[in-house]
Amino acid sequence: MKIHKYDTVIVGAGGAGMRAAIESTKRSRTAVLTKLYPTRSHTGAAQGGMAAALANVEEDNWEWHTFDTIKGGDYLVDQDAAEILAKEAIDSVLDLEKMGLPFNRTPDGTIDQRRFGGHSRNHGEAPVRRSCYAADRTGHMILQTLYQNCVKEGVEFFNEFYVLDQLITEVDGVKKSAGVVAYELATGEIHVFQAKAVIYASGGCGKFFKVTSNAHTLTGDGQAAVYRRGLPLEDMEFFQFHPTGIWRMGILLTEGARGEGGILRNKDGERFMEKYAPVMKDLASRDVVSRSIYTEIREGRGCGPEGDHVYLDLTHLPPEQLDAKLPDITEFARTYLGIEPYTDPIPIQPTAHYAMGGIPTNVEGEVLADNDTVVPGLYAAGEVACVSVHGANRLGTNSLLDINVFGRRAGIAAAEYASRADYVELPENPASLVIEQVERLRDSTGSERVTEIRKALQDTMDANVMVFRTEQTIKTAVEEIGALRERYRNVSVQDKGKRFNTDLLEAIELGNLLDLAEVMAVSALARKESRGGHYREDYPNRDDVNFMRHTMAYREVGADGTESIRLDYKPVVQTRYEPMERKY
Amino acid sequence: MSSATLEKNSSAPADAESTAAHLITVTFRIRRFNPEVSDQAVWEDFQIEMDPKERVLDALHKIKWELDGTLTFRRSCAHGICGSDAMRINGRNRLACKTLIKDINPHKPISVEPIKGLTVLKDLVVDMEPFFQAYRDVMPFLITTGNEPTRERRQSAADRERFDDTTKCILCAACTSSCPVFWNDGQYFGPAAIVGAHRFIFDSRDEGGEQRLEILNDRDGVWRCRTTFNCTEACPRGIEITKAIQEVKRALITRRF
Repeated sequence: MKIHKYDTVIVGAGGAGMRAAIESTKRSRTAVLTKLYPTRSHTGAAQGGMAAALANVEEDNWEWHTFDTIKGGDYLVDQDAAEILAKEAIDSVLDLEKMGLPFNRTPDGTIDQRRFGGHSRNHGEAPVRRSCYAADRTGHMILQTLYQNCVKEGVEFFNEFYVLDQLITEVDGVKKSAGVVAYELATGEIHVFQAKAVIYASGGCGKFFKVTSNAHTLTGDGQAAVYRRGLPLEDMEFFQFHPTGIWRMGILLTEGARGEGGILRNKDGERFMEKYAPVMKDLASRDVVSRSIYTEIREGRGCGPEGDHVYLDLTHLPPEQLDAKLPDITEFARTYLGIEPYTDPIPIQPTAHYAMGGIPTNVEGEVLADNDTVVPGLYAAGEVACVSVHGANRLGTNSLLDINVFGRRAGIAAAEYASRADYVELPENPASLVIEQVERLRDSTGSERVTEIRKALQDTMDANVMVFRTEQTIKTAVEEIGALRERYRNVSVQDKGKRFNTDLLEAIELGNLLDLAEVMAVSALARKESRGGHYREDYPNRDDVNFMRHTMAYREVGADGTESIRLDYKPVVQTRYEPMERKY
Repeated sequence: MSSATLEKNSSAPADAESTAAHLITVTFRIRRFNPEVSDQAVWEDFQIEMDPKERVLDALHKIKWELDGTLTFRRSCAHGICGSDAMRINGRNRLACKTLIKDINPHKPISVEPIKGLTVLKDLVVDMEPFFQAYRDVMPFLITTGNEPTRERRQSAADRERFDDTTKCILCAACTSSCPVFWNDGQYFGPAAIVGAHRFIFDSRDEGGEQRLEILNDRDGVWRCRTTFNCTEACPRGIEITKAIQEVKRALITRRF
């Protein structure tokens, strides 16, 4: 076991982690731990753009953006945080441009902007051009630009280091972050990183679904590490299903395709979104569009022999426009479906895309131990976190924005904290939990296989807690996940070695997914209303009287060692916007 | 309004939407190496049932998840964006997640081995550090002098287009590890690093071109390129890499870029 000492440790090297690292490296001795290489992070798969009211191509302002974000989140958004997001968006985009990001340009050389779902002029009048973009590779450009600037700033990376545990020490009755424990993939060695400040920026957990746009590596490791140490997870029942995933594969096809004029059609060729969202049509918010697609499919208007998908139609757009604005997604259609998007519509279905919930933080990125107590030295930003700027449903282009605004804020806040704080003493045997976990899995002779449990988990999640939910389906999911967690105790791996043991790591990742899936299902069961991405057929309306509040889920361990989930609730921060019925 | 499209819809490619999976038996011949077990690399055959429309990455997962958990390879996004899974498939560098089985003659054994020129650490996993070091050495970040503007730097659409091709790089190393010069001399910067330099040299906002050109004027720099076009053929992003390298060479001579 090796022990390292840094002022600031960042877990994850996607957009939020590297944006934080650029700030914290200037201010404190920083280490970035990533289970991949920085440029492999899933920020790179984001396509359509980053929202900011630059008003480069038409009238716009941050107040409209704030309103759209709050409305898009079905009023579960903390309004003070949304205002910060929309205000700081403008500098955030300009900062990236100055770092070198190659945005598409307007004829006069400024950053070009295009339409995106849920972003509107003057509180819902009509779609507005707010998304700053680089073709359909905006996430790729952000990831590359941030990595390039990390190279410039000399950021220190520990590549292929899996953070498996969060260390917490109680000092005078206050729980403080003491550091993290990591597993080095190349050698199997355990490393303890003692740090004054720790920032989680480790991304989402979409791999508990089968059809998902998420990378294989998005297994909620950060959320799970913190949750297992008794800290809460907020609003985990809210998961976004992106309307346009490639049928059956789930690969993302950007909403920018509809921003450029693409149209969703059912088997009759009907532009069905006109029925569900008369003003915004195909550019309504994602939860609305995904539900509309499944309504079409359920009512027998789906396409294909099994009627299980609809079409994204780009055939009326000029090939030059597709080549210039949507080169990657048209290539995906060619590569994976053998379809030519110039002439043929693309079969799509909603795909599990983004966790609105996560580790609760305040607007400085400080992690909360309950509704308002900060954990000194612990920070989170990006998809792993819940500020909450996305509420019950995130708007497209607001996540690339979130990682930049709150990654930067967390990086500054953590480094400044580290500059005035002392190291917190490590707990006794700091690596014991990880060593025990790794050895148990490596030595296990159990009969259960990772692949079978993971498949069963994904099947139950897709079947029971996807776009439409009921008491019955969620209860089924809770029961099945519970049974899978039992089976998981008996799981074993084939690779017993130390070197690049990805077999072992997949088993650990599955454990994280099981924990988080259970939190999600239990949180969803208790929310007897429909709001944003959480749609209960048995409670089809929003219920502001009883549920205008954030879910806070805690792991409890009884005296006999039994685990359970305790749910609590946190008020939503409301500033200037009264909840209204959401119509697009 | 949509009748024309409707007709097109109803004749959407049947192949793409056929739901029945036609499974065929495919043999994968994989180069295995694990120094914890043996210092010799060996070929190992696996026979699996696959739908030809699936990816090579799907096949590797099937082998790992159902037959041999020790098979080791890198992957993440699974659709050609993250750059983790470059490998030699039937003797050609490709991304396993962008290569469909039907496109590489599944009726013969499909060989899969690690990319060449970088030290193999286990099975298909190679040491990427020298590759990333070469990239970092070309100063792959915007260099400017003077005061920062309040708003964005202006750039015409044409100036933006000038370096568009090289912004697409995902650092997968398919190009560099296909280059015979790199195989023989690991000191050569390699195509990917030169692509990284090109992306900034030809960016109208950048003022660090001269510094990067001097770095690439080194004996291990651009002059080592023999224009075999292996890199261009290997690039999963379709970047015209050899052309980019030639443009950097020309810039070194003319000092115009």
